[in-house]
Amino acid sequence: MLRRWFELRAAYVSIFLMSAKPLAAEVAVPLLIIAGPMNTAPSTIDAPTIEQETRSEEALDIPWQVVVHNDPVNLMSYVTMVFQRVFGYPRDKAERHMLEVHHKGRSILWSGMRERAELYVQQLHGYLLLATLEKIS
Amino acid sequence: MEIRRRKNQIELSELDPFLAELLRQIPACANPEGAPRAEERIFSAPTNGSETEFCAEWKMYVEPELRRLFQTATHTVAGDLEQLNGNEKNLANRTVRIPTKHADAWLSALNQARLVIAAKNDFTETELNDHVHSPIGSRRDLSLFQVNFYGFLQEFILREMEC
Repeated sequence: MLRRWFELRAAYVSIFLMSAKPLAAEVAVPLLIIAGPMNTAPSTIDAPTIEQETRSEEALDIPWQVVVHNDPVNLMSYVTMVFQRVFGYPRDKAERHMLEVHHKGRSILWSGMRERAELYVQQLHGYLLLATLEKIS
Repeated sequence: MEIRRRKNQIELSELDPFLAELLRQIPACANPEGAPRAEERIFSAPTNGSETEFCAEWKMYVEPELRRLFQTATHTVAGDLEQLNGNEKNLANRTVRIPTKHADAWLSALNQARLVIAAKNDFTETELNDHVHSPIGSRRDLSLFQVNFYGFLQEFILREMEC
């Protein structure tokens, strides 16, 4: 999992540099400064750099979803409890998703950053639910 | 069998030898080893067939973690079930007390056992939902009864956890 995270960062860097190519070619500044807001003052780069980087990664990571699939063995009450625990959903929302899984065969429980989606899938597998990570088409 | 909550314990009392034996089988039944279909269900794929590299990493890093998690739960349950050990003649009307702090471990072990038994027997959804007509006339019938009995225990524990 950790390795994948680093690969993601590598992809982000290359995409960012591609989009900022003219600037990068002209100004030989460290990557962290490029990633920060339009402020080249070396003494103020630390905090804003992290914020910018997180936002960019999030933007790149948006199209992922956590899907739970129907399983005739898992109890409905158990599945509802798992959704409440893992996603912090209120009972009625957890039940809606559980019923969607039951009637339609699957339900999208969450969508967002890939890294977090992986974590959710891992947690759901820990509760023995059939969960997959899918890219939003 | 009677089942009730007593302070910080869930008490299964008046257990006849048959149900006591089913309880004793939980840890063994939860083990998917040697049954590929059960293994496949317990350690299901994290994607729908795509992302082969991610799946390989999952197998290498996540599956061992999950295996440990499941084994910890079954060990806890096995520990609680030691209350049933002893002279077989005294097995009738025995009582098992489950500390409520072990409730999660029981939920997990019961779920593992149900999934493994269902996968091994390839039960259909219709069979699993047939709670009325379950005469025990074969090994398969017994396995279905076992799945339903463990499901009943799960339901009770879940209800007690909500209280």
